[in-house]
Amino acid sequence: MERKKPFEVLVKDHGPTVLRVCRALLGAHDAEDGWSETFLSALKAYPELPVDADVQAWLVTIAHRKSIDILRARNRRPLPVDELPVRPSGLGIPGDGHPEVLDAVGHLPPKQRQAVAYHYFGGLPYKEVAALLGGTPEAARRAGADGVKALRSLLVDNSLKDGSR
Amino acid sequence: MTLDHSDAEIAALLSSLDPEDPAVMSRLHDRLATAAAGEHTLDIAYRTVDSPLGPLLLAATERGMVRVAFAAEDHDAVLQRLAEKLSPRILRSAARLDPAARELDEYFAGKRRLFDLPLDLSLSRGFRLSVLQHLPHIAYGRTESYAEVALATGSPRAVRAVGTACATNPLPVIVPCHRVVKSDGSLGNYLGGIDAKRTLLELEAA
Repeated sequence: MERKKPFEVLVKDHGPTVLRVCRALLGAHDAEDGWSETFLSALKAYPELPVDADVQAWLVTIAHRKSIDILRARNRRPLPVDELPVRPSGLGIPGDGHPEVLDAVGHLPPKQRQAVAYHYFGGLPYKEVAALLGGTPEAARRAGADGVKALRSLLVDNSLKDGSR
Repeated sequence: MTLDHSDAEIAALLSSLDPEDPAVMSRLHDRLATAAAGEHTLDIAYRTVDSPLGPLLLAATERGMVRVAFAAEDHDAVLQRLAEKLSPRILRSAARLDPAARELDEYFAGKRRLFDLPLDLSLSRGFRLSVLQHLPHIAYGRTESYAEVALATGSPRAVRAVGTACATNPLPVIVPCHRVVKSDGSLGNYLGGIDAKRTLLELEAA
Protein backbone atom coordinates (compact mmCIF):
# COMPACT_ATOMS: atom_id res chain seq x y z
CA MET A 1 0.00 0.00 0.00
CA GLU A 2 1.25 3.47 -0.90
CA ARG A 3 1.74 5.72 2.09
CA LYS A 4 2.25 9.45 2.21
CA LYS A 5 5.77 10.18 3.39
CA PRO A 6 6.81 12.96 5.78
CA PHE A 7 7.46 16.10 3.69
CA GLU A 8 11.07 16.08 4.91
CA VAL A 9 11.63 12.99 2.75
CA LEU A 10 10.41 14.87 -0.35
CA VAL A 11 12.81 17.74 0.31
CA LYS A 12 15.69 15.30 0.69
CA ASP A 13 14.79 13.17 -2.35
CA HIS A 14 13.71 15.86 -4.82
CA GLY A 15 15.24 19.12 -3.50
CA PRO A 16 18.39 18.89 -5.66
CA THR A 17 16.39 18.13 -8.84
CA VAL A 18 14.02 21.02 -8.26
CA LEU A 19 16.96 23.37 -7.64
CA ARG A 20 18.51 22.28 -10.94
CA VAL A 21 15.25 22.93 -12.80
CA CYS A 22 14.99 26.36 -11.15
CA ARG A 23 18.59 27.18 -12.07
CA ALA A 24 17.99 26.24 -15.69
CA LEU A 25 14.85 28.39 -15.80
CA LEU A 26 15.85 31.35 -13.66
CA GLY A 27 19.64 31.51 -13.39
CA ALA A 28 21.73 31.04 -10.28
CA HIS A 29 20.52 34.05 -8.30
CA ASP A 30 16.74 33.71 -8.58
CA ALA A 31 16.86 29.91 -8.49
CA GLU A 32 16.88 29.84 -4.70
CA ASP A 33 13.76 32.02 -4.55
CA GLY A 34 12.13 29.71 -7.07
CA TRP A 35 13.08 26.65 -5.03
CA SER A 36 11.78 28.18 -1.78
CA GLU A 37 8.46 29.24 -3.27
CA THR A 38 8.03 25.85 -4.93
CA PHE A 39 8.52 23.88 -1.72
CA LEU A 40 6.55 26.30 0.44
CA SER A 41 3.62 26.02 -1.94
CA ALA A 42 4.01 22.23 -2.16
CA LEU A 43 4.04 21.88 1.64
CA LYS A 44 0.79 23.80 1.86
CA ALA A 45 -0.92 21.60 -0.73
CA TYR A 46 0.71 18.30 0.27
CA PRO A 47 -2.16 16.89 2.39
CA GLU A 48 -4.44 17.06 -0.68
CA LEU A 49 -1.99 15.33 -3.07
CA PRO A 50 -3.27 11.86 -4.02
CA VAL A 51 -1.16 9.20 -2.32
CA ASP A 52 -0.17 7.53 -5.62
CA ALA A 53 0.81 10.79 -7.40
CA ASP A 54 4.20 11.17 -9.11
CA VAL A 55 5.78 13.49 -6.55
CA GLN A 56 8.68 14.69 -8.70
CA ALA A 57 6.42 15.57 -11.64
CA TRP A 58 4.13 17.42 -9.22
CA LEU A 59 7.06 19.42 -7.82
CA VAL A 60 8.41 20.25 -11.30
CA THR A 61 4.95 21.49 -12.30
CA ILE A 62 4.86 23.79 -9.27
CA ALA A 63 8.40 24.98 -10.08
CA HIS A 64 7.17 25.83 -13.60
CA ARG A 65 4.35 28.02 -12.24
CA LYS A 66 6.50 29.68 -9.59
CA SER A 67 9.29 30.43 -12.10
CA ILE A 68 6.82 32.18 -14.38
CA ASP A 69 5.62 34.27 -11.42
CA ILE A 70 9.20 35.23 -10.59
CA LEU A 71 10.06 36.12 -14.19
CA ARG A 72 6.91 38.21 -14.49
CA ALA A 73 7.78 40.10 -11.33
CA ARG A 74 11.34 40.51 -12.52
CA ASN A 75 10.32 41.94 -15.86
CA ARG A 76 7.48 44.02 -14.45
CA ARG A 77 5.33 43.35 -17.42
CA PRO A 78 2.80 40.64 -18.08
CA LEU A 79 4.02 37.73 -20.19
CA PRO A 80 2.04 35.02 -21.87
CA VAL A 81 2.15 31.96 -19.65
CA ASP A 82 4.12 29.92 -22.13
CA GLU A 83 6.93 32.37 -22.80
CA LEU A 84 10.07 33.12 -20.83
CA PRO A 85 12.32 36.03 -21.70
CA VAL A 86 15.94 35.41 -22.60
CA ARG A 87 17.79 35.79 -19.34
CA PRO A 88 21.22 37.30 -18.87
CA SER A 89 24.11 34.91 -18.59
CA GLY A 90 24.49 33.50 -15.09
CA LEU A 91 28.24 33.14 -14.92
CA GLY A 92 29.84 31.70 -11.86
CA ILE A 93 27.08 29.53 -10.43
CA PRO A 94 28.30 28.73 -6.94
CA GLY A 95 28.55 25.19 -5.73
CA ASP A 96 28.19 23.45 -9.06
CA GLY A 97 30.94 21.54 -10.78
CA HIS A 98 29.61 22.30 -14.26
CA PRO A 99 28.59 25.95 -14.33
CA GLU A 100 29.11 26.08 -18.09
CA VAL A 101 26.34 23.55 -18.71
CA LEU A 102 23.69 25.42 -16.75
CA ASP A 103 24.96 28.68 -18.16
CA ALA A 104 24.57 27.30 -21.67
CA VAL A 105 21.00 26.24 -20.85
CA GLY A 106 20.35 29.89 -19.98
CA HIS A 107 21.31 30.92 -23.51
CA LEU A 108 18.70 28.70 -25.13
CA PRO A 109 15.49 30.24 -26.48
CA PRO A 110 12.70 30.03 -23.85
CA LYS A 111 10.80 27.04 -25.26
CA GLN A 112 13.95 24.99 -25.69
CA ARG A 113 15.19 25.99 -22.26
CA GLN A 114 11.93 24.88 -20.64
CA ALA A 115 11.80 21.64 -22.63
CA VAL A 116 15.37 20.79 -21.59
CA ALA A 117 14.74 21.78 -17.96
CA TYR A 118 11.52 19.77 -17.56
CA HIS A 119 12.51 16.72 -19.59
CA TYR A 120 16.21 16.29 -18.80
CA PHE A 121 16.51 17.88 -15.35
CA GLY A 122 12.96 17.32 -14.11
CA GLY A 123 12.44 13.89 -15.65
CA LEU A 124 9.03 14.72 -17.14
CA PRO A 125 7.96 12.74 -20.22
CA TYR A 126 7.36 14.96 -23.28
CA LYS A 127 3.62 14.45 -22.98
CA GLU A 128 3.69 16.25 -19.62
CA VAL A 129 6.21 18.82 -20.88
CA ALA A 130 3.70 19.62 -23.64
CA ALA A 131 0.94 20.06 -21.06
CA LEU A 132 3.06 22.74 -19.33
CA LEU A 133 4.25 24.50 -22.50
CA GLY A 134 1.11 24.19 -24.59
CA GLY A 135 1.28 22.54 -28.01
CA THR A 136 1.75 18.92 -28.91
CA PRO A 137 4.11 16.34 -27.39
CA GLU A 138 5.84 16.25 -30.80
CA ALA A 139 6.49 19.99 -30.63
CA ALA A 140 7.84 19.60 -27.08
CA ARG A 141 10.08 16.77 -28.20
CA ARG A 142 11.35 18.90 -31.10
CA ALA A 143 12.08 21.80 -28.73
CA GLY A 144 13.97 19.45 -26.44
CA ALA A 145 15.95 17.96 -29.33
CA ASP A 146 16.74 21.41 -30.77
CA GLY A 147 17.71 22.49 -27.27
CA VAL A 148 20.24 19.73 -26.74
CA LYS A 149 21.67 20.27 -30.21
CA ALA A 150 22.14 23.98 -29.52
CA LEU A 151 23.44 23.18 -26.05
CA ARG A 152 26.05 20.82 -27.39
CA SER A 153 27.33 23.35 -29.95
CA LEU A 154 27.36 26.11 -27.31
CA LEU A 155 29.44 23.89 -25.06
CA VAL A 156 31.75 22.85 -27.89
CA ASP A 157 32.21 26.52 -28.87
CA ASN A 158 32.98 27.47 -25.29
CA SER A 159 35.52 24.75 -24.75
CA LEU A 160 37.23 25.71 -28.01
CA LYS A 161 37.32 29.36 -26.95
CA ASP A 162 38.54 28.58 -23.44
CA GLY A 163 41.01 26.04 -24.67
CA SER A 164 39.85 23.87 -21.80
CA ARG A 165 38.63 20.28 -21.96
CA MET B 1 30.08 19.63 -40.40
CA THR B 2 26.97 18.48 -38.59
CA LEU B 3 27.06 17.27 -35.05
CA ASP B 4 24.75 14.38 -34.40
CA HIS B 5 24.10 13.66 -30.77
CA SER B 6 21.66 11.14 -29.40
CA ASP B 7 19.26 11.82 -26.58
CA ALA B 8 21.13 9.32 -24.46
CA GLU B 9 24.41 11.13 -25.00
CA ILE B 10 23.08 14.53 -23.98
CA ALA B 11 21.14 13.01 -21.10
CA ALA B 12 24.43 11.60 -19.84
CA LEU B 13 26.01 15.03 -20.18
CA LEU B 14 23.19 16.72 -18.25
CA SER B 15 23.09 14.11 -15.53
CA SER B 16 26.87 14.30 -15.12
CA LEU B 17 26.36 17.58 -13.28
CA ASP B 18 27.74 17.35 -9.77
CA PRO B 19 25.25 16.88 -6.95
CA GLU B 20 24.06 20.12 -5.45
CA ASP B 21 26.24 21.57 -2.72
CA PRO B 22 25.06 20.16 0.65
CA ALA B 23 25.59 23.56 2.28
CA VAL B 24 23.22 25.17 -0.25
CA MET B 25 20.59 22.46 0.25
CA SER B 26 20.90 22.80 4.01
CA ARG B 27 20.45 26.57 3.85
CA LEU B 28 17.40 26.21 1.58
CA HIS B 29 15.93 23.59 3.91
CA ASP B 30 16.27 25.85 6.96
CA ARG B 31 14.80 28.79 5.08
CA LEU B 32 11.84 26.60 4.10
CA ALA B 33 11.26 25.42 7.68
CA THR B 34 11.34 29.00 8.99
CA ALA B 35 8.95 30.29 6.30
CA ALA B 36 6.59 27.33 6.80
CA ALA B 37 6.45 27.89 10.55
CA GLY B 38 5.62 31.55 9.84
CA GLU B 39 2.77 30.54 7.53
CA HIS B 40 1.46 27.88 9.97
CA THR B 41 1.95 25.11 7.42
CA LEU B 42 4.63 23.29 9.45
CA ASP B 43 2.30 20.92 11.30
CA ILE B 44 5.06 18.86 12.92
CA ALA B 45 8.66 19.98 13.57
CA TYR B 46 11.24 17.48 14.78
CA ARG B 47 14.86 17.10 15.76
CA THR B 48 17.00 14.54 17.57
CA VAL B 49 19.00 15.13 20.75
CA ASP B 50 21.65 13.02 22.46
CA SER B 51 20.83 11.72 25.92
CA PRO B 52 22.11 9.14 28.43
CA LEU B 53 19.40 6.88 26.96
CA GLY B 54 20.76 7.28 23.42
CA PRO B 55 19.46 9.58 20.70
CA LEU B 56 15.91 10.79 21.32
CA LEU B 57 13.54 11.99 18.61
CA LEU B 58 11.55 15.06 19.69
CA ALA B 59 8.49 16.15 17.70
CA ALA B 60 6.10 19.05 18.32
CA THR B 61 2.96 20.46 16.73
CA GLU B 62 2.02 24.12 17.10
CA ARG B 63 0.11 23.08 20.25
CA GLY B 64 3.03 21.41 21.99
CA MET B 65 5.22 18.34 22.35
CA VAL B 66 3.54 15.45 20.57
CA ARG B 67 6.18 12.68 20.53
CA VAL B 68 9.41 11.57 22.17
CA ALA B 69 10.91 8.37 20.75
CA PHE B 70 13.83 6.12 21.62
CA ALA B 71 16.19 4.92 18.90
CA ALA B 72 14.85 1.37 19.40
CA GLU B 73 11.49 2.55 18.04
CA ASP B 74 13.18 3.51 14.69
CA HIS B 75 12.87 7.26 14.26
CA ASP B 76 12.02 7.04 10.54
CA ALA B 77 9.17 4.64 11.29
CA VAL B 78 7.92 6.96 14.06
CA LEU B 79 7.88 9.93 11.65
CA GLN B 80 6.05 7.83 9.04
CA ARG B 81 3.35 6.97 11.60
CA LEU B 82 3.04 10.64 12.59
CA ALA B 83 2.57 11.48 8.88
CA GLU B 84 -0.29 8.99 8.67
CA LYS B 85 -1.96 9.69 12.01
CA LEU B 86 -1.59 13.49 12.33
CA SER B 87 -0.19 15.22 9.25
CA PRO B 88 2.46 14.62 6.54
CA ARG B 89 3.52 18.28 6.76
CA ILE B 90 6.64 17.35 8.73
CA LEU B 91 10.07 19.01 8.58
CA ARG B 92 13.25 18.78 10.59
CA SER B 93 13.48 22.11 12.40
CA ALA B 94 15.28 22.79 15.65
CA ALA B 95 13.65 26.06 16.68
CA ARG B 96 10.31 24.70 17.93
CA LEU B 97 12.11 22.00 19.92
CA ASP B 98 14.67 24.25 21.59
CA PRO B 99 12.79 24.55 24.92
CA ALA B 100 12.27 20.77 25.11
CA ALA B 101 15.92 20.07 24.28
CA ARG B 102 17.03 22.51 26.98
CA GLU B 103 14.70 21.08 29.65
CA LEU B 104 15.75 17.50 28.84
CA ASP B 105 19.42 18.51 29.15
CA GLU B 106 18.70 20.00 32.55
CA TYR B 107 16.70 16.95 33.59
CA PHE B 108 19.44 14.49 32.64
CA ALA B 109 21.98 16.69 34.45
CA GLY B 110 19.85 16.36 37.60
CA LYS B 111 19.02 20.07 37.58
CA ARG B 112 15.34 19.84 36.66
CA ARG B 113 12.57 17.95 38.45
CA LEU B 114 9.54 19.16 36.51
CA PHE B 115 8.95 19.69 32.78
CA ASP B 116 7.32 22.95 31.92
CA LEU B 117 6.37 22.32 28.28
CA PRO B 118 3.04 22.54 26.45
CA LEU B 119 1.91 19.03 25.48
CA ASP B 120 -0.20 17.87 22.55
CA LEU B 121 -1.80 14.60 23.64
CA SER B 122 -3.82 14.17 20.43
CA LEU B 123 -2.23 10.75 19.76
CA SER B 124 -3.99 9.32 22.83
CA ARG B 125 -7.67 8.73 23.55
CA GLY B 126 -10.00 7.50 26.25
CA PHE B 127 -8.59 5.56 29.19
CA ARG B 128 -5.00 5.81 27.91
CA LEU B 129 -5.36 9.58 27.83
CA SER B 130 -6.65 9.59 31.46
CA VAL B 131 -3.60 7.57 32.53
CA LEU B 132 -1.22 9.96 30.74
CA GLN B 133 -2.92 12.91 32.39
CA HIS B 134 -2.42 11.31 35.80
CA LEU B 135 1.27 10.41 35.39
CA PRO B 136 2.72 13.94 35.88
CA HIS B 137 1.11 13.88 39.34
CA ILE B 138 3.60 11.20 40.42
CA ALA B 139 6.34 13.34 41.91
CA TYR B 140 9.97 13.27 40.82
CA GLY B 141 11.83 10.52 42.69
CA ARG B 142 8.60 8.69 43.65
CA THR B 143 6.91 5.69 42.07
CA GLU B 144 3.38 4.27 41.93
CA SER B 145 2.30 0.73 41.14
CA TYR B 146 0.15 -0.08 38.10
CA ALA B 147 -2.67 -0.85 40.57
CA GLU B 148 -2.32 2.53 42.28
CA VAL B 149 -2.48 4.32 38.93
CA ALA B 150 -5.58 2.27 38.02
CA LEU B 151 -7.18 3.35 41.29
CA ALA B 152 -6.19 7.00 40.79
CA THR B 153 -7.77 7.08 37.33
CA GLY B 154 -11.03 5.71 38.73
CA SER B 155 -10.79 2.21 37.21
CA PRO B 156 -9.28 0.05 39.96
CA ARG B 157 -9.71 -3.15 37.92
CA ALA B 158 -7.93 -1.79 34.82
CA VAL B 159 -4.41 -2.67 35.97
CA ARG B 160 -3.43 -4.31 32.68
CA ALA B 161 -4.84 -1.38 30.72
CA VAL B 162 -2.60 0.93 32.76
CA GLY B 163 0.31 -1.22 31.62
CA THR B 164 -0.79 -0.79 28.00
CA ALA B 165 -1.22 2.97 28.43
CA CYS B 166 2.32 3.24 29.79
CA ALA B 167 3.71 1.02 27.03
CA THR B 168 2.12 3.26 24.38
CA ASN B 169 3.00 6.58 26.02
CA PRO B 170 3.87 8.88 23.08
CA LEU B 171 5.88 11.18 25.37
CA PRO B 172 8.21 9.01 27.48
CA VAL B 173 10.54 10.79 29.95
CA ILE B 174 8.48 14.01 29.74
CA VAL B 175 5.28 12.19 30.78
CA PRO B 176 6.85 9.99 33.47
CA CYS B 177 5.58 6.47 32.78
CA HIS B 178 8.95 5.27 34.10
CA ARG B 179 7.62 6.07 37.61
CA VAL B 180 5.04 3.28 37.34
CA VAL B 181 6.38 -0.04 38.66
CA LYS B 182 4.99 -3.41 39.74
CA SER B 183 3.30 -3.85 43.12
CA ASP B 184 6.11 -6.16 44.26
CA GLY B 185 8.62 -3.37 43.68
CA SER B 186 10.13 -4.85 40.51
CA LEU B 187 10.46 -2.45 37.60
CA GLY B 188 8.05 -3.86 35.04
CA ASN B 189 8.42 -3.16 31.34
CA TYR B 190 9.54 0.00 29.58
CA LEU B 191 9.33 1.17 25.99
CA GLY B 192 12.98 2.23 26.01
CA GLY B 193 14.15 -1.00 27.65
CA ILE B 194 14.44 -1.97 31.29
CA ASP B 195 17.94 -0.43 31.57
CA ALA B 196 16.58 2.95 30.50
CA LYS B 197 13.87 2.74 33.17
CA ARG B 198 16.46 1.87 35.83
CA THR B 199 18.70 4.76 34.67
CA LEU B 200 15.83 7.25 35.01
CA LEU B 201 14.75 6.01 38.44
CA GLU B 202 18.36 6.05 39.69
CA LEU B 203 18.82 9.56 38.34
CA GLU B 204 15.71 10.70 40.21
CA ALA B 205 16.71 8.88 43.41
CA ALA B 206 20.10 10.62 43.54
